[in-house]
This record gives sequence, structure tokens and C-alpha cells, in this order.
Amino acid sequence: MWCERCKKRQATVHVTKIVNNHKTESHLCEVCANETGQELGFLFEPNFSFHHLLAGLLENEFGVKSETLTERQALGIEKCPTCGLTFTDFRKIGLMGCADCYHTFAEYLNPLLRRIHGSISHTGKVPHNIGGRIRTRKELEVLRRRLKEAIKREAYEEAAQLRDEIKAKEAELK
Amino acid sequence: MSLEAQIKRLLPGWLKEPAPDGDIVFSSRVRLARNINQISFPYHAGEVQLEEVIDQIGAALKSSSQFENFVLQRLDDMDQHDRVVLVEKYLVSLDLLKNPAHRGVVLNQDETVAIMLNEEDHLRIQSILPGLQLKKAWESAEQIDQLLEVKLDFAFDEEKGYLTTCPTNVGTGLRASVLVHLPALKMVGQVKKVLSVLPNVGLNVRGAYGEGTDSAGDLYQISNQVTLGLSEEEVIGKIVSVTKQVIDQERAARDALLANESRLQLENRVNRAYGLLTHSRLISSEETIKLLSDVLMGAVMNLIPKAEGQTVKELFFLIRPAILQKLIGRELSPGERDHYRAAVIREHLATSSK
Repeated sequence: MWCERCKKRQATVHVTKIVNNHKTESHLCEVCANETGQELGFLFEPNFSFHHLLAGLLENEFGVKSETLTERQALGIEKCPTCGLTFTDFRKIGLMGCADCYHTFAEYLNPLLRRIHGSISHTGKVPHNIGGRIRTRKELEVLRRRLKEAIKREAYEEAAQLRDEIKAKEAELK
Repeated sequence: MSLEAQIKRLLPGWLKEPAPDGDIVFSSRVRLARNINQISFPYHAGEVQLEEVIDQIGAALKSSSQFENFVLQRLDDMDQHDRVVLVEKYLVSLDLLKNPAHRGVVLNQDETVAIMLNEEDHLRIQSILPGLQLKKAWESAEQIDQLLEVKLDFAFDEEKGYLTTCPTNVGTGLRASVLVHLPALKMVGQVKKVLSVLPNVGLNVRGAYGEGTDSAGDLYQISNQVTLGLSEEEVIGKIVSVTKQVIDQERAARDALLANESRLQLENRVNRAYGLLTHSRLISSEETIKLLSDVLMGAVMNLIPKAEGQTVKELFFLIRPAILQKLIGRELSPGERDHYRAAVIREHLATSSK
């Protein structure tokens, strides 16, 4: 088989790629394979941008009209003061520019997060240096949810244990 | 250095025994996304800020004796082969290599911990262990996280949790995954049915080689979809319990294959695969992956007298292009690779201690 790119040499590199259910095969010689970067073969990931998908979700979800956005941008509201990322940038790439962007674009973010995660609030780990009360409150949320589940499962021994833990945590907060 | 000594050096440090449920679960991995306050996220940051991240991590590592055996490597100090070797050992992502300047990785001695610097987030703390040890991997990643948070000002919001570049990772910043080998389910035509249920419980599945639910090598990665609204323990617990059920299904399929007249067919298939691997003089990586899958199943089911599961698992890594070329010690053309791949496979299978 001849290389499909240069049509001069034997094809020795055969790559099958499946992108969005579409199968493509390429047969290249060593030289062309090196030039087109096919040598990494199975390390390739399909070129499907998740971030564009996110940006699409944003449009859909808010029905935010571009005119309103431009007006607000003109007023300087839609730009992150820390890193300079604009809301238009975010809509284009689907990525935040820095930690403060979460604050700057908060009002647009919640519907998006609910779409992605089905939730808008964190119930997991809290850094130790953030302070004990927040952490205790978060831990309480988790314990209460686990208690509900335990009762639903009729695991009463576990439920009793969880109830005690909740009481102890509540006492810490007082 | 002998070939066997070279092989030992190039295998991922984390790939060792004991591996609980290692007959079906290849590896367990946890990744935590963390960012530093007041520094733009990597894709949006300038060179000075990216260097600031590396400096801060370097200083944090020096501050604790717990990091004594950790080494920070800059990607721009390494040659491309060495970088790809890191990807092939599952220590860093291919994305980290896209732009090696101002990127780095921190590794511990046995390569169970790898911290990517300036990938999509400032830090991606990874812990990887062989077999089904997801809880242990999580505990190890959390311990590293705790040691680092004393020195680094991690971006955290009371409501949104750990703040990440992509909103899909915000909250716990946790991506936990297991890599499972399901050849028997594939043989009995049930693998799609079993795996198609997982998205309903909030888990993703993808083939380890190639995308979608079809995978050469019958290796599939199961991971969590969401990072917001569930605690880390809940996520880990969910993946572990679902994985155990998948393991049960695969074991049942293996038993069914052994109990029927299909036993002879199964023994035939895995021993033929072993024969090809031990006698080929030229072999493509595609064919190798297929045969290794059969031989791995045969080895862990004791159907191939001389093959050992651990040795076969090691081969999944040794045949990858960058590792193979490092092993031989020079650049190889694809044709040469097929030749040396076959040689390494023969040599390595001969070392099985059985």
C-alpha cells in the first residue's frame, strides 16, 4: 500500500481514529507520519471541545441577549477586576480567568453549575486554614444527608450513630 | 545496564504488587484540582505568574520534611521522549505536554504521587495505586493536599468550594477513576449492557484505548461526572461500590465461560495469544494490545501455565512507543518498533517466575 499523503513511499503507519462516532483511517509512510505527528498514535484525543459545549450551554440557559451584554460591558460591569477576563471571553472559551471570576460572574454561573452538576453548593472538604466553623457546618450538611439516607435504608444502628455525631457537631457550633 | 534492569527503571513505580482485585482492576487514581489565589489560571496567566506558581510549590516542598523524597522536574528541562514517557506511565496528561514551557511535575519516589504544575489548573495532585485501592489513593492525595495548603493560599469559596479553571471541576476538584479489564463480559456480549447503566448513577465510562464504549484491550475507565454537591467520601464510595458490582459481573462471566464447553475455546484463545506473543518477530502495537488482553485474562485465571498476571500488566507499558524507544536507547522507525516490540515481549514473558 502506498502512502496516501506523498503517494511515493510504502505506507507503514496505519492509524484508526474515531471522532464523534465517525471512523477515519489513515495510511502513511514513516516520513509523512512524522511530519503530521501521527507517531503518537493512540495517545491522540479526539478534537471535541468540551469548553465550546459549555459556552453553548450558557447561551441556551440564560437567553442573555448580546445587546444587553454589550451595554453592560460598556459600563465596565462585565470584566473581572483581578484578571481582566470579560464575560464575552468566558462565553467564548468556557473557562474562568482566575478565582475572583467566580465572584464577578456569579449571577450567570449558578444556572450553568446546576446544569453541569445538578447542584450549586459544595459539601466536601474545606481547607483547614479557612476556619473551623465553616468546616463544621459543611460536615453537618453531609452528616444530615447521610442520616436521611440511613433512615431510608432502615439502617437504624448507623442512623443512631450519625445522630450522635450530628449532636456533637451542633454543640461545637454553639 | 541489562535489559531487565532497564525495564525495571522504565516501568511505572506504582505498578507493583500487592494489587487488591488486581485480576480485574488495573489501577485506581485520584486527581485533585487546586489553584492559588491572586494568580490567574494557567491559560490566562503570563510567564511571570506561571513561574510564580512553580516557585511557590518549590518553596512549599522545601518547607516540610514529609516532601523529602519528592522531586520537582521542569518540563522544559526534559527531552520530548522523557516527557511522553511520563504520559505513558500515567503520571501526567498529554495536555501538560502541549506547551512544556513553564510546566512541571512533582514526583515522589515510587511515583504513586504526581503533581502536575500549570496544566489546566495551577496544581493537579494525582495519587495512583495498582488494583482497587481508590480509598487509599484518596487518602494519599488528601494528605498531600493538607501538607500543601499550609503553605499555599488555595482558592476556595464557602459556597462553591475549590475554584477551578473549568466550571466542570469546581467544588471538590476531585476526579476519581478506576481502570477495569473486562474481557469476559466482552466475549459474552454483555459489556455494553453493564457499562451503559453507569451514567445513570453519575459515572462516566470510556475505553482506555480509543474513545467511546468500545475499547481495544478491553480496558475501561470509570470516573465520577460531577464535582459539586457531593462530598469526596461520597464520590469515592460510589465508585468503589459500583466497581465492585462490575467486578462481580466480570467474575460471573469468567465462571460461565469456564463452566461450559466454552472452556476449551477460552483456553485455546488465551494460549494461542500467548503463543503469538512469545514467538512473533514483528508485531504492531494494535495487535499487541488485543493479545495482551487475552493473555492477561488467561494468566489471572491460571489457564496459561507459564504466564504471570503482573508480567503481562507490565507489558501494557513496555510496548508503548516512548518507553520502548527509551528501552532500546535510540529513536526507532515504526517498522523497527514492530521488531523491537516483539523482542521485548518475548524477553519479558520469559522472566515470569512461574
